[in-house]
Amino acid sequence: MKVKVISRSTDEFTRERSQDLQRVYHNYDPNLRPQEKAVEYVRALTAAKLEKIFARPFIGALDGHRDGVSCMAKNPNYLKGFFSGSMDGDIRLWDIANRRTVCQYSGHQGAVRGLTVSTDGRILVSCGTDCTVKLWNVPVATLTDSDDSTDNSSEPLAVYVWKNAFWAVDHQWEGDLFATAGAQVDIWNHNRSQPINSFQWGTDTVISVRFNPAEPNVLATTASDRSITLYDLRMSSPARKVIMRTKSNSISWNPMEPMNFTAANEDCNCYSYDSRKLDEAKCVHMGHESAVMDIDYSPTGREFVTGSYDRTIRIFQYNGGRSREIYHTKRMQRVFCVKFSCDASYVISGSDDTNLRLWKAKASEQLGVLHPREQRKHAYHEAVKNRYKHLPEIKRIVRHRHLPKPIYKAASLRRTMMEAERRKAERRKAHSAPGSIVTEPVRKRRIIKEVE
Amino acid sequence: MGAKEENGDGGGIRPPIEQEISKELDTNMKKYLRGEGANLEILKDKKLKGQLALREELYGKSAKAAAKVEKWLMPSEGGYLEAEGVEKTWQIKQEAIAREVDILSSRNQYDIVLPELGPYTLDFTSSGRYMAAAGRKGHLAVVDMKNMNLIKEIQVRETVRDVVFLHNELFFAAAQKKYPYIYNRDGTELHCLKEHGAVLKLQFLRNHFLLVSINKFGQLRYQDVTMGEIVGNFRTGLGRTDVMRVNPFNGVVSLGHSGGTVTMWKPTTAAPLIKMLCHQGPVSALAFHPNGHLMATSGKECKIKIWDLRKYEVLQTLPGHAKTLDFSQKGLLAVGTGSFVQILGDFSGSHNYSRYMGNSMVKGYQIGKVSFRPYEDVLGIGHSMGWSSILVPGSGEPNFDSWVANPFETSKQRREKEVRSLLDKLPPETIMLNPSKIGTVREAKKKEKPTKQEREAEMEAAVEAVKGFVWKNKTKGRNKPSKKAKKKQELVAKAKRPFLDQQLKGEQSLSTKKQKLSEEVELPASLQRFARKKPTA
Repeated sequence: MKVKVISRSTDEFTRERSQDLQRVYHNYDPNLRPQEKAVEYVRALTAAKLEKIFARPFIGALDGHRDGVSCMAKNPNYLKGFFSGSMDGDIRLWDIANRRTVCQYSGHQGAVRGLTVSTDGRILVSCGTDCTVKLWNVPVATLTDSDDSTDNSSEPLAVYVWKNAFWAVDHQWEGDLFATAGAQVDIWNHNRSQPINSFQWGTDTVISVRFNPAEPNVLATTASDRSITLYDLRMSSPARKVIMRTKSNSISWNPMEPMNFTAANEDCNCYSYDSRKLDEAKCVHMGHESAVMDIDYSPTGREFVTGSYDRTIRIFQYNGGRSREIYHTKRMQRVFCVKFSCDASYVISGSDDTNLRLWKAKASEQLGVLHPREQRKHAYHEAVKNRYKHLPEIKRIVRHRHLPKPIYKAASLRRTMMEAERRKAERRKAHSAPGSIVTEPVRKRRIIKEVE
Repeated sequence: MGAKEENGDGGGIRPPIEQEISKELDTNMKKYLRGEGANLEILKDKKLKGQLALREELYGKSAKAAAKVEKWLMPSEGGYLEAEGVEKTWQIKQEAIAREVDILSSRNQYDIVLPELGPYTLDFTSSGRYMAAAGRKGHLAVVDMKNMNLIKEIQVRETVRDVVFLHNELFFAAAQKKYPYIYNRDGTELHCLKEHGAVLKLQFLRNHFLLVSINKFGQLRYQDVTMGEIVGNFRTGLGRTDVMRVNPFNGVVSLGHSGGTVTMWKPTTAAPLIKMLCHQGPVSALAFHPNGHLMATSGKECKIKIWDLRKYEVLQTLPGHAKTLDFSQKGLLAVGTGSFVQILGDFSGSHNYSRYMGNSMVKGYQIGKVSFRPYEDVLGIGHSMGWSSILVPGSGEPNFDSWVANPFETSKQRREKEVRSLLDKLPPETIMLNPSKIGTVREAKKKEKPTKQEREAEMEAAVEAVKGFVWKNKTKGRNKPSKKAKKKQELVAKAKRPFLDQQLKGEQSLSTKKQKLSEEVELPASLQRFARKKPTA
């Protein structure tokens, strides 16, 4: 007869020396793990609760400005450096990590309307309502040495005066041209004191301008005639225009899908468009209760942050209709500008109460260097929570966000109004001849027309 | 289907060995897929469809990786016993096996003779390393099976009917004469569980940390050993029974009764989930296969039946008595009667159990309990003269998972595991017949309208409740009997109102339906002669 019995020798299964790691053996057989779905469910519930316990997104406020913050700029070459301009003309360079001003520029006479940094990160361009564009030197040396906080008010490298007040400025992602928005769109070179090119379509003010991350010659602007216009620098006239029902305050291109951009609109929604097909919005992002003032994409291209007039900041997913996260504080008043940090971990908001605020992009994220075991545990919690997040107990915990009372009330009021409108439209359709009333999808409803 | 296969070299002709290997992997993969893939064709939402398709692909990949690990990375091979020539496997004796096997394994075969302390019951921890033995006359012992080390033995000087380990070897519960007690590894009595009464059998649900007991009066009790609260307390109503077993697959407790019925219970409902008539005589033993699909029951009328728990029908009937039954991790069934143990195995894969091995002990030994030792090819037998252990090749799972049960656990690992399992403690509501229902979509329940009789009964009950109200006698001349009678009438009318409203509503809807029907039949005058007239008389 042939016989063999399981025999495990202790040497094979235990470690040799106490310095060695313990031996671990795996058998993935599902029969060894009864009720694994229930165990996963309990783990998902615990993970959801832990996430809420550790959700402390506010890191700190950077104060220093004496009037509301009107615009911000990111330094593409240096993670810690952020520029902000205020309504009284003050421009500051902040060290985000230490939350202090590194350098304060003398600034403009009126409000600073736009800030942008050149491609190499050495020149800051600012424009304001005093009809000037000023170029400043970015002090790279003082950024690195953080003990010395030099409050030197440096003088601008160059001051270019032009015919009308400026509303926004943006620099090419790779190149040395920058565009300003005012009565028309002007294209400037660093060394010329006059714009090298000018575009105009219609007679309305252009409110904001953004260059495309991948195509250095394409830029998009929004104007106060409720339009979004696309320009190509190589052509002599603007390329395309889409007119909506309400004005868009700001746009941002998706850095990972550079043909898409999202516009922050006055009607409390954000509209994502494919720039090749402007007759229909790709996605409508709803959530804010008041006009959306500014929008910025994360460098991952997967989410974007919006700041609105209703004193909140929301983080949306690039293809999602509802916000993933909402941040608010009692002290934060109307948010005028928001930026996502270049490592996709932080969100900076500038608001009317003269403060810049630093927030975590993921509210319950553990900052700092994580042990690989910690990383794996966080990834596991994320995955198990996503698997069961549609079940009622877990959904209730994951979705819950505390809202301040005025915003909660405004949200319910808006909901009843939209519901009433929708019901009335439904009844109108039901009581009219079939086919006479055609419901347009929301993506198209807010667009009036597209113009070549 | 769920799994998408990845071809390493992108198609083309592969050598036959590789093809064989990949075919083997595919068959093994099925085990890890945990069911059929989802049907994504019925979805209309494109985004959801895309996300789910991605997930299904991931499941396929992980199943394939697990199959590969199983094939190449497992440290141990399973045991086997093959007879040669005319010899049959059930004719092979234990001494012959002990001669062929290595010294370490042959040490697992022994007889411990303790004649004065009564019939013994055994219980193993989930890793198979520690064993608790309890003799009827009060002898409790905890043994480390790796080195045959007696950790602690105590004499409680009372009848002990059953013993069971709690979540690890540090705690065990003993069902003594009047109440069950919980002891520490050092023999200190930690708790006396007075609520349970005189318990006949104890079981422990490991994932839920629930101690289940059935007592002399047929009362089933569930107690949470972490917080000490009694989660469920049910009168089974079917009399005294001492056949109780936990189904490890779904945590359901089943009892075998003297009428031949087997009932299954969960801690959140007072009525049994399932009641099945299994035998014509009393049920004498019960056992569950670890995969949860097979149940073996034996009745006093000399039959052993193997049931399929998905369809609740008999798969196989075997003749023979069985005082005790147990399934091993690999699906072998041990049947113990008198002083003879028979081990049956299912070798064709079609749920056809046939004789595999047998062992007859010394004539006087009456077998009380058989229990397979997890992760070893060993069967522990508790009998009236002590306990024995015999070798059964092929019964244990050769490869353990360190995170599930580790026979080589250090004390640090044991502490970590305790904390982890407490964090993952399942609430008692998760015990259900089909545990994979968690996370699935619940079917919409059709609301059943109560029948007329039920409605009337409800109305009567409401009226009775009102009439039974005791009135306070008012003073100062306000206690007129006519006023009391009027008040009573008002209250009865109030109680009846909701039921009458419902009736009215039902009748109204009926009448509108009738009207609608009658309206449809209204034809213009010229076509009246073509209307279908109701048959006269």
